Order: sequence, then structure tokens, then C-alpha cells
Amino acid sequence: MGREPPGPAEDEAPGAAAGAGAAGREGGGEEGEGRARGGAEAGGCYLALCARPVHFEKANPVNCVFFDEANKQVFAVRSGGATGVVVKGLEDRNPISFRMEDKGEVKCIKFSLGNKILAVQRTLKSVDFLNFIPDSPQLEYTQECKTKNANILGFCWTSSTEIVFITDQGIEFYQVLPEKRSLKLLKNQSINVNWYMYCPESSVILLSTTVLGNVLQPFYFKSGTMSKLSKFEIELPAAPKSSKLSLSERDIAMATIYGQLYVLYLRHHSRTSNSTGAEVVLYHLPREGSCKKTHILKLNRTGKFALNVVDNLVIVHHQDTETSVIFDIKLKGEFDGSTTIHQFVLPPRSIQPYQIPVAGPASVTSQAPVPCKLYSSSWIVFQPDIIISASEGYLWSLQVKLEPVVNLLVDKGKLMDFLLQRKECKMVILSVCSQMLSEPERGSLSVIATVFDKLNHEYKKYLEAEQSYTMVVETGLSRSNPLLKRPVRTQAVIDQSDMYTHVLSVFTEKKEAPHKFTIAVLMEYIRSLNQFQIAVQHYLYELVIKTLVQHNLFYMLHQFLQYHVLSDSKPLACLLLSLESIYPPAHQLSLDMLKRLSTANDEIVEVLLSKHQVLAALRFIRGIGGHDSISARKFLDAAKQAEDEMLFYTIFRFFEQRNQRLRGNPSFTPGEHCEEHVTFFKQVFGEQALMKPTTF
Amino acid sequence: GQEKQLAPTLLSFFIYNPKLGPKEGEEEKKILFYHPNEVEKNEKIRNVGLCEAIVQFTRTFSPTKPAKSLHTQKNRQFFHEPEENFWMVMVVRNPIIEKHKDGKPVYEYQEEELLDKVYSSVLQQCYSMYKLFNGTFLRAMEDGGVKVLKERLEKFFHRYLQTLHLQSCDLLDVFCGISFFPLDKMTYLKIQSFINRMEESLNIVKYTAFLYNDQLIWSGLEQDDMRILYKYLTTSLFPRHMEPELAGRDSPIRAEMPGNLQHYGRFLTGPLNLNDPETKCRFPKIFVNTDDTYEELHLIVYKAMSAAVCFMIDASIPPTLEFCRKLDSIVGPQLTVLASDICEQYNINKRISGAEKEPQFKFIYFNHMNLAEKSTIHMRKTPSVSLASVHPDLMKILGDINSDFSRVDEDEEIIVKAMSDYWVVGKKSDQRELYVILNQKNVNLIEVNEEVKKLCATQFNNIFFLD
Repeated sequence: MGREPPGPAEDEAPGAAAGAGAAGREGGGEEGEGRARGGAEAGGCYLALCARPVHFEKANPVNCVFFDEANKQVFAVRSGGATGVVVKGLEDRNPISFRMEDKGEVKCIKFSLGNKILAVQRTLKSVDFLNFIPDSPQLEYTQECKTKNANILGFCWTSSTEIVFITDQGIEFYQVLPEKRSLKLLKNQSINVNWYMYCPESSVILLSTTVLGNVLQPFYFKSGTMSKLSKFEIELPAAPKSSKLSLSERDIAMATIYGQLYVLYLRHHSRTSNSTGAEVVLYHLPREGSCKKTHILKLNRTGKFALNVVDNLVIVHHQDTETSVIFDIKLKGEFDGSTTIHQFVLPPRSIQPYQIPVAGPASVTSQAPVPCKLYSSSWIVFQPDIIISASEGYLWSLQVKLEPVVNLLVDKGKLMDFLLQRKECKMVILSVCSQMLSEPERGSLSVIATVFDKLNHEYKKYLEAEQSYTMVVETGLSRSNPLLKRPVRTQAVIDQSDMYTHVLSVFTEKKEAPHKFTIAVLMEYIRSLNQFQIAVQHYLYELVIKTLVQHNLFYMLHQFLQYHVLSDSKPLACLLLSLESIYPPAHQLSLDMLKRLSTANDEIVEVLLSKHQVLAALRFIRGIGGHDSISARKFLDAAKQAEDEMLFYTIFRFFEQRNQRLRGNPSFTPGEHCEEHVTFFKQVFGEQALMKPTTF
Repeated sequence: GQEKQLAPTLLSFFIYNPKLGPKEGEEEKKILFYHPNEVEKNEKIRNVGLCEAIVQFTRTFSPTKPAKSLHTQKNRQFFHEPEENFWMVMVVRNPIIEKHKDGKPVYEYQEEELLDKVYSSVLQQCYSMYKLFNGTFLRAMEDGGVKVLKERLEKFFHRYLQTLHLQSCDLLDVFCGISFFPLDKMTYLKIQSFINRMEESLNIVKYTAFLYNDQLIWSGLEQDDMRILYKYLTTSLFPRHMEPELAGRDSPIRAEMPGNLQHYGRFLTGPLNLNDPETKCRFPKIFVNTDDTYEELHLIVYKAMSAAVCFMIDASIPPTLEFCRKLDSIVGPQLTVLASDICEQYNINKRISGAEKEPQFKFIYFNHMNLAEKSTIHMRKTPSVSLASVHPDLMKILGDINSDFSRVDEDEEIIVKAMSDYWVVGKKSDQRELYVILNQKNVNLIEVNEEVKKLCATQFNNIFFLD
């Protein structure tokens, strides 16, 4: 391998390891084991190795194994490549196999992005290249490092055709020209380098400089340009006694956490400082500006550690106790004015036990799967989430399981803060909500309120982003702002429909909780939505009404409507109308609502006519100035059905007068289809009662 | 000569059950309560017998609706049968004008002054109030026969009748409505949330009611029970506690509780001093849902600043001092915060809606559906009486219009030109009634109508109220 991977590191203080045992073990995974919680999660293990690892031929004298962090590929190079190179990746499931001439021991081997060009380092002075682009020259070509007397420490691909050589005297940035089988130097920089580190996600190379090695110089690469970021110094735990390299690359990692690049420094316990154990110090490395120490993660233990970053969580493995802890820098910590100190979120747990599948068609005897030795000393850990067992020939990505977390974080508010930041959180959050509403783990209303508020806070943030995006697009300002992107809807956005479908409707239907609690929960959710100024969807109101009606709590419903807690809408007004037969005041409530909507005048007329309140309907329509356009027939029909002759007379006369006013003649036009009513009028009141046309 | 007005007064008030002494010579047994008690036995029997006869006699003309009142020159009698065979009778003397003729006083009874509906309602409320604190007559009989019922009636009415103040009864007594506190949705939801959490923490609480500024915001009780409880709270309990409140935080009660400075909560019923281990945790008992579940409850009224909460707990669980302390420590701080929130929000809303420069209309509004009542005619209620700020004659016109309205189901509008530039307008739309008193010189009917329309547009624009 080109360089030693940052495996589990030795503790600096030799005697400290003995004390480490006390810090870890407790819990250790056994605690949860007794719980009857289905076999899927053993003992609340919240970390797991991926189910489909990459299997490769383990390292041996004829087979060298390399790992490329950029493409996440494992290279198995047999006999210098002469008897075959097999490349397997986590993402690309089809292995790439090829042979190459054995030109000596391979020190480092990597594909460019997209597997276009293969780079192989065999000597300290040069790197060989081989094109994998179809129809391009197949012969190897070589590039020596420019700097005289420099030794190449390694190289990194920054794109499909750009490569950086890191030598002990600086870095050289090249463009590879595969057609010409040559490289063009784009830029170089002289600097003494102890070791380097590459973060492919952010295209940043970190160089360890100075004698002590604790001054780090980052470089950022983007489409042919190389920019030097401001250098920074890692504070060493104790003043070094001699001028020797004091910062090991094994104690440094780089990772993107919540979209920001951090340098993670594993600071071992030192007897001179009064810390209780090792800690991870996070330096925030912005693209512009200086690097700052921002977070300290307290490990409270000593010994050998390794770091991973999964789903924006920093995971620290501890070999002595064979457990891991996780940290979330977004959760509240103790702020001392410049840095935030974090304790681990969950009790230490081991990675979930893992069975190595017995592979190969030869195993027809169906051997039992072999349990994998976790936290083995042959494990090598890469950023952000890779664990490799060189001795067994497996590569895994590490995963965080959210279901076990639910039972480990008792504080529901903190649990929500934690879950809302996770990628695959939606179903877990919804199940937490369901769980807290039903026995035996029913939460108190104030806990439920906290959870709702946290969910709606996230929901509102998304709605606002979406709204301002839409506004920018609509006003045409988007062209002047090319960086504008439609906000991404993450799983943490739990909207009303999610809550309704997965939690609230199920909960109200189960009817196991006392109705008081059911209503309190629904009202709490509506309160929370209102607090975040989110418009409440009609189906939630319907759920409230349904529940109240089921328990004959009409007076309660009445009060809610009186204070407009259930916002006005036509569907709600119609729902109320339908309740009139069991709760008469619903009629008034419905009419009031229609009136407030001010777009439901037709509905109001219909409601009044259906109750034979023809005069009221007419007075209403006249009040809003709509009486010139209404259908005479409709009102006359209703008046006739009311079987009140005087009422019919009044209505008939009203329309005669309207006809006179609008057309100069009291009689109805054929288009109004009122012939039968004219006949009826004549029948009851006589022909002479018809209004005479007024002539001027 | 000099004229003197003598207000109507209570002449007598009695309760009887004809089934208790059906035989001749046992008439006295029918009488369950008689005020004034000093009246001679035979006169009591005579009066009861007369009422019985009137009710019997009128029943022949109207079997379903027996007589409700009897008008005589000097007085008026009101009959009410709240429970089968239990009759309550109230005799009110008509108001009198005392004139002096030749140095001798002459009394002129004003036979038409009293409004039947007003005093019938007062009588009905007497029963409702009795029932709230004692349960039904029948239940008392079941509990311990006539003896127990008599004791309860005596104990209750002896004091209650003194608080009747018949001279100031008016239309509001007919409505016996509830004044609701205007509030924005968010603050209302906060109160909901508070109530639900309190009911959860104090898990023996069965019902809760929430009031602010003597106005109702939430009732967990059913409407009819809340109606009478509201009357008790606003006309009796709250006014009695006005004084210590006005005295502020340094009132004697507070001074004794140095540990509670973080909140202003205090019990209006129950223990006076939570730090005194000997203090009595006795709360009034009330009876609700007497028609079906018949529940007996302890009434805990707790107040912080202008916010009052009634917690009602099952009577079978006597609240202990420990419970009261828990309630005080949980409810006190939260209610204090909530009360200042409501106050703040109320002031903001008032400023937004411009309610401060509300036109000076004098009106009474009542909605039969939710019992919502609003009056700009009445002064703030005092322990003794709620005072109308207009002439009694105008109040009487309001009562007359109300009587007219109650005779028909249809929407109606009545405009009355009263004395000295006063106009009285009554409007009825579906279940709502509005009464407006206008005082403008030289206005005509159309202008009065316009004014009322204006009022409706500003005050009632969010309800369906036909113009």
C-alpha cells in the first residue's frame, strides 16, 4: 500500500491502557439483550456492518491489497499484476479484472474518477499510467516527479484526468492527456511534507509540515485549479520534549459533517493535562477564512481508537472495550466561549454481531456461518465509513441503525433532535410518535408537545425555503442567482399528511386511549402547527370533529368553533351542516362559517332555501347586492314548497318588481321558466293580482 | 306633591309538594320551605292552597302549560314546577308610587311594571342554583326523606333569598347568558394545552373551566351546568374576592406564603394558607349532569391575576392538603405566565382591531345557541347587583320586545320610538337577539335603521346575522 492506513492508534501514555477497561465495558451490549424485541437488533446495537460487504482475496505474500478512498475500491494485485488485478468497489458491484506487466513491487494503485485511467506507483520517483478509455492508446506511460531529489509519498486523483503527486518536498498538480500518453504540469508548490491526507469528498489535500508535523497546510482542487487554504496548527496535548515528528497521521482524519469540512484530531490522554480521557478535537476548515477549533468530543476513556463518520455522526471505536460511541455536533453541548464540548449521545455499544457468510459453491455441506471477530486488530478504518478486515478479505461500510436508538434515548426531545438529523429517519420518527401515544409507553402531554414542536419546526423550515424559492422563481430573479436551488425535502420533513396517515388516524381509530387524551393530542398537534404558522389541513379538523362527535362532546366542538380553532372552510361548513340532525346548533355554526368565507354566498342561499327560509335567503342576497342575477324560478320553487301562500305572494311580487325595474315589464320572460308559478299565482290570488306594467 | 318610588320587593317564597299532605288536616306537610318563616301557620297553608288551586284550575284550560304567573293589583305570583310535583312560588310586590294627598300617604300600585319573563327566570335560577349546590329535590328525599330536604332548603334559601335584589332584575336575567372572553386562536390553543396538561398532572380532575376577567374561555362542563356555575362565579364568588385582589400582592394571604413569590396563584375556594398544616381543605360540592349521570364534585377555584381556573374533581376523592400543595406548585407558576400572556395578547388584539375607539352604542346581544351574552348597557357586576346604565323604562321596553320575540319562531325586527329622543331597536335572526338603544335628536326611522346596520357591520361581521 502506498501508505499505512490510519488504523487503531496506540495510546501515547504507556500505562494508561490499564485504566481503560473501567471506562468502557458497562452495558457493552448485554444490557438490552434480554428484551423481547425481535432478533433484528441484538441488545440495542446501533451500529452495524453492511449486509453486502466487498469480499476480496486476503493479503498474502503473492497478493497485495490496496484501497482507494476516492472510488472506494479494493485492488487485489497478484504477483505485481502479472497474474491479475481484481478491482472491486462498494458501489460498482461488477469487479474489473485485468493483467499488467510485473515491473516491480506496486506501492500504490488507483483509478481516476470514472475508472478512466489507472495510475500505478512502483518507484519513489515516478508514477505509471495506463488508459482504460476505449479506443485510446493501451501502452503504459510514465511521469517522473519534477522536483529533483524528491521522493513521491503518494498521489491522488482529483478528477477523471487530474492528478496530484505528493512528494516529501511539495506537491505537483498534473493534467493527464491520455491520447498523447503524457502529463502536463498545471501547478506545483514547494513545501516540506511529513505526510499527507486526502479527502475526496471535498477535494482537499492536507499536508503535515514543520518538524513537529503539527502545522497542517490544506490545498483545495477544482477543475484545473489548485488553491492554498490558510494553514493552521494542531495544539499538541503536551509540549514535545524533542524536535521530532509529534503528530501522526493516524490521529488525524478529514470528513464532511453537516456539509462542512472538519479535521478531526484524536488527542490522546496525557497525564499532564487534567482531562479524564482521550478526546476528539474538531477543527472546522472553511473554504475561505481560517481554520478554527470548534468542537471537543469527550471519550472519557483511554486506549486505542478509530474514527468513522456516518450520517453526519462521528463514531469512535474503542478497541479495548470493543465498543463504539457516537457524537452529534448538532446536539446541544457545553459551550465554553470558543468550543463546544460534547458527551457521547448514546451509551457505548458494540457493533452488531456479524456472521461471515460461508461463500462458494463448494460449501454444500451448509456449514454454520462463522461469527466475525469485531474490533479485530487487523481492522483498518477509512473515512468516512469504511472498515476493512485485511485478514479476512472483507470491506464493509458502517451503518447507523436508528430503531435501537429509540430505546436508548429516554429523553424524547433529545431523541427527536437526534433523529431529525438522520437521513433515513422518517419511519422511525413516525413510529416514535405512535409509540408515545399508546400504552405501555405513553408519553405525557408536555413530552408530546415538545416532540410535535420539534417536528413542526423542521417542517416549517422546509415550507419557508420552498416558499422563498417559489417567490424568487416567480419574480424572475432566479436568472440573476444561478446558485439558487430548489430546497431538498429530506426525510426529516414530517408533514401533516404523514402524521395523519401514520400516527393520528391510526391512534384515534384504535380507541384504546381515553377520549380526553385523544382530543388533547389532536389539539396539541393543531396548537403546534399554529405556533409555527402552518396552515392546518382540513382532514385534521375532520379528525377532531369525528372524535368529538363520537363521544357526544358537542359543546366542546361548539367552543372550538366559537374561537375559530378549527379554521373556516367550505368542506368544514358542509361537515357541520351534516351534523345538524344530531346537534342543531351546528346549523348556525355552519352558516356563520360560510358567511365569514365570503366566497360561499351561493351555498348560504342553498342552505336557507333547503330549510324553506326563502325570505331570509332573499334578504341575504339583497344585502350583498346579488338579487338582480338570481334565478326567480329557484326562489319560487322553494316558496311553493314551503306551502305558505303569503310567502309565495311576497316572493312572486318581489320578482315582478325586479322584472319591472330591469326590463320595464313585470312579467317573466320564457327563459326564466316560471310559467307554472304564474299559473299557480293566478289560481290562488286571481289574474287581477298580477302586477300591471307601469307606463311612463 | 312629593312622589316616592318604592321598588318591587319579595313578599314571600315557598316550596311545596301537594303529594306530601294530600289528606285534609295534613296540609302543613306539603310545605317544604316558607319565607318569611314568621308567617303564621294557617296563612302559610292558605297561600299554598291558593297556589295549588290556581295551578289546578288553569290546567283545565292548558294541560301542558300550566299557569306561570298570577297578576293582582298589589303583587304578582310566579309558579314553577322544576321537578314533578315540586312547586316553587315567588310572590313579588308590585312597585309603588307613594304620593302625599292632604298630608297623608297614598299608595299607587303599578300593576304593569313587572315583566313575567324576567321574574319567572329569576325563579328558575333559584332552583338551578339550589340544584348546583344540593342536587335535586328528589335526591334529597331519597337520601333522607322530607327532613333532609327541608334542612337543605332552609340552609340554602335562607341566605340565597337575601341576594335576590329584585329591583334590578332585567333582560339579562332572562338570558342568564355567559360572557365570553375574546381571544385569538393561538392564545386559545395555549390555554387548551394548559388545561389538558393540568388535567393530566392532577389526574383526579374530571372537568375544568377557565375564565379571564370574569369572562368564560373554556368549559369542560356541559352548557347548562356551566351557565349556572358561571352565574355563581361571577355574581357571588369572584366579587367576594375582589378586595384582596385590589389590595395587590401584599394582601394578608400572600404575606403568609413567602415560599410562593414566584407566582400569584391562590385558592378562592379551599385552603387559605397552604403552610398551615391545620388548614382545612374543604371545597364546595356541586352537582352536575343531574339528568343522567348525576355527578357530585368538589369545586376548586384557583386564580392567578385575572385568570381563574375551576377544577372539578369527583366528590368521592376528598382533596388533601398534599394535593392542594401539588396543585399550587404546578398550576400557580404556569397560570401566572399564562395570565400575563393573555393580558398582553388581549391588548395587542385590541390595538389591531381598533376596539378602543369602538362607537358608543348601547346594546345587548344574546345567542341562544352558545348562551353568549354581551351588554354595553350594564356596569360591571358587583357582589350585590348588576346595574343597567339606562332608564328602567327603556329596560322595560327591551323586555317587552323580548317577550314579543319569544312568541314567534320567525326572524323579526321591532323599532320603538321611546321618550326623549330615544329609539329602541330589537332584532332577531335565527337564534340570536340584538337590542340597541339609540339616543339621537331628530332622527327618523330610516336613519335609525342605518345606524343599527353600522353597528352590525362593526360588531357582528363574522356571524350570519341578517340585516
